Amino acid sequence: MLLGYLQKLNAARESRRAAVTVTELDTGRSTLFLEGDTTDETVASAVESALRTGKSGIVEIGDRKVFVNVYLPPPRIIVIGAVHISQALAGMAAIAGFDLTIIDPRSAFATPERFGETRLVAEWPEDALKDTPLDAYTALAAVTHDPKIDDFPLKAALEAGCFYVGALGSRKTHSARVERLVRLGVDENAIARIHAPIGLDIRASSPAEIAVAILADIIQALRTRDVNTGQRGVE
Amino acid sequence: MLNQPPFPDPLTTAEQWRAQGRGVAIATVIETWGSAPRPVGSHLVIDAAGNFEGSVSGGCVEGAVIGEAAEVIASGSARILDFGVADETAWRVGLSCGGRIRVYVERLG
Repeated sequence: MLLGYLQKLNAARESRRAAVTVTELDTGRSTLFLEGDTTDETVASAVESALRTGKSGIVEIGDRKVFVNVYLPPPRIIVIGAVHISQALAGMAAIAGFDLTIIDPRSAFATPERFGETRLVAEWPEDALKDTPLDAYTALAAVTHDPKIDDFPLKAALEAGCFYVGALGSRKTHSARVERLVRLGVDENAIARIHAPIGLDIRASSPAEIAVAILADIIQALRTRDVNTGQRGVE
Repeated sequence: MLNQPPFPDPLTTAEQWRAQGRGVAIATVIETWGSAPRPVGSHLVIDAAGNFEGSVSGGCVEGAVIGEAAEVIASGSARILDFGVADETAWRVGLSCGGRIRVYVERLG
């Protein structure tokens, strides 16, 4: 592999563009394909399949065996609420390889002093999500407890088919939330997709422990999703 | 890059090392059978001094890959390595989990 080739691959990964390398193992010759580029006809189906499933492996093309390696952008986590839990979650998500953004219109909460390098958007979710559209490769965790802030992004996340939608709050809080979402016209089957109370049940108590439970819940959703629906994962 | 993991990315490390003029090899898991600790596509990168970043197993066979990498860096010829419990005679190391993996090691030119 040549340095210039690796630089192109790394630049694509850095800019969140999916990439596929196809390597002839007998000659070492490798070709790079970026998502959205036109692909050489002979390898098109192997490249498309790798992009769709996120699976790398040895593929036979004609009478040749090649190694197809797919590099998908890391899944995103959008956190609604720049709260204590989010401070812990931001650090843990980075370790686990997620691309995390925090949205909170309360500028007293969303401060660089509290969040360091984490990407923060101190706007209402209605505005912030215009620039960062939700999609099937995104998990949304709403943790403000405030319906004025949480409800819109929860509805938007269900509509966008986010692979994970979670909301902080007790069962009682959640049943009130369900009633509000129904009034907003959200389908009941969609509402049932909300993870609430949020996080795997590990009896988490402190903000950091709750962040562990949320991250574990998100990872479970990511790793058990159906790849045939076109949702992509991380590696 | 925002939200960069607090440990280095192997391919980014390989690029930086090569740009500094170091000899570098990239090892990639290309096939797995049974229980394998790292999925196909995982990278371990090694420089000529034996520094490394990333993994191709749970630490079981990295030592052997690093040894082979030195030869790949010196010769420039890529090679394919097989590891598994069945290969104990060929390799001093194996995968205690009982799986098998095949690793492609190439020089970064």
